[in-house]
Amino acid sequence: MSPPDLHPAEPHAKSEQSDAGGRVVLDAAGIQRATTRIAHEIFERNPGADDLCLVAIVRGGQPVAELIAVQLAQLAGRAIPSGALDITLYRDDVVARGVRPMPRPTRMPFSVEGKRVVLVDDVSFTGRTVRAAMDAVLDFGRPAAIQVAVLVDRGHRELPIKVDFVGKNIPTSRAERVVLRARPDGELEVAIV
Amino acid sequence: MKHLLGIEGMTRAEIELVLETSEAMLEISQREIKRVPTLRGRTVINVFLESSTRTRVSFEIAAKRLSADAINVTRAGSSLSKAETLADMARNLAAMSADVLVVRDSVAGVPHMLAERVRVPVVNAGDGCHEHPTQALLDAFTLRQSLGSLEGRVIAIVGDISHSRVARSDIHCFTKLGAEVRVAGPPTMMPAGIEVLGVKPCFSLEQALAGADVIVMLRIQQERLDGALFPSVREYSRTFGLTQRTLALAKPEAIVLHPGPINRGVEIASDVADAEPSRILEQVTNGVAVRMAVLYLLTGGQR
Repeated sequence: MSPPDLHPAEPHAKSEQSDAGGRVVLDAAGIQRATTRIAHEIFERNPGADDLCLVAIVRGGQPVAELIAVQLAQLAGRAIPSGALDITLYRDDVVARGVRPMPRPTRMPFSVEGKRVVLVDDVSFTGRTVRAAMDAVLDFGRPAAIQVAVLVDRGHRELPIKVDFVGKNIPTSRAERVVLRARPDGELEVAIV
Repeated sequence: MKHLLGIEGMTRAEIELVLETSEAMLEISQREIKRVPTLRGRTVINVFLESSTRTRVSFEIAAKRLSADAINVTRAGSSLSKAETLADMARNLAAMSADVLVVRDSVAGVPHMLAERVRVPVVNAGDGCHEHPTQALLDAFTLRQSLGSLEGRVIAIVGDISHSRVARSDIHCFTKLGAEVRVAGPPTMMPAGIEVLGVKPCFSLEQALAGADVIVMLRIQQERLDGALFPSVREYSRTFGLTQRTLALAKPEAIVLHPGPINRGVEIASDVADAEPSRILEQVTNGVAVRMAVLYLLTGGQR
């Protein structure tokens, strides 16, 4: 036996440890500003944050969702329920072509029934991850609404998927990779490599 | 992975890949809608030529929770009763575009023989007295839930070591994961030269359990014993049965596994089987997750 191939669904949009290569397009202060603005927009679109919950897409969406959750808690005056969704087993290349990336545990400590779910990811690209995430959320119940927030939208959509909240639009070529990564000092940054 | 025929042929990295993949699979069984679309349109055929409830149902549930179609073939009512050979039957099942064959047989080596003859991944679900790899993987998974790592842990496997495929797979699995394994049972149930597998043979329960982190009790398989290997069930139970008294010899936080089905009052006392240190029902729950992981990994080949 040999270990299966581990192909990421969107090889151009994954979080990773910094090797300090590439061109930084969003530094820690920029990420802070972007997530603060996204939190305000989410709060405006969902008045009072009633029935609101944040669902981070594992793993790139998790640090972004944490920053948004802090801001939203201040605006709403209470903590907003947060979960983490691994979409590996819903990916179209996994279902149809049989690639075998490692699935990670999903944590959904609340019911999505009747909730307004905001999916959070680091980078939006082809739209296939969001498509998979919507299928996964619907397996947990029937939410009142699903919205999508991303730190960076790099374009190149392959599916009719709309992103509701965008931190920054960054034009890219398909060959480039956009990564959210932690620097050695712990600060987050987004770079094109 | 191409096939899962035994733990003996696996590397530590492959074992850990299955265990880590199982972590994510466990959560799916706790959802209200216990199903993901991953194996949509795939077909898993369970060929169970020896009786089984737990393992067959576990594989069937695992396939269905991944959205595969699961079909069961048993010896009674199969074309084997028309003298078709096993290999021909397997070729026919493969010709119907099966994506995985899960095979259990009372004869050792049957899954290996079929794996050489069909171009479909084969999972060994227990072959005679040889191996039962998914049982060992779910045992290791269950132990990691409680202990974190098996590195340096003392694990005692007690019972009919000679005839137990669970013992053989557990020994390979636990030693590869860094545990110190002891085996214990009556001399008639201990294979000569078991030390070559890297385990310590013990001829009393007390010696095996002293300071153990984990106790794996094996079922006394009355159906597999044609000659008597011990004078009476009662005597076996007195010398090698796990009771509250003998359990106290192990570490205070020691945990107890049993592959099932349990013979209450023979190899394990009821009050031990049902008490806090027992992880017997967790093993069954985890078995579904581990088998989901195995089916997921095996269906990844090029098509």
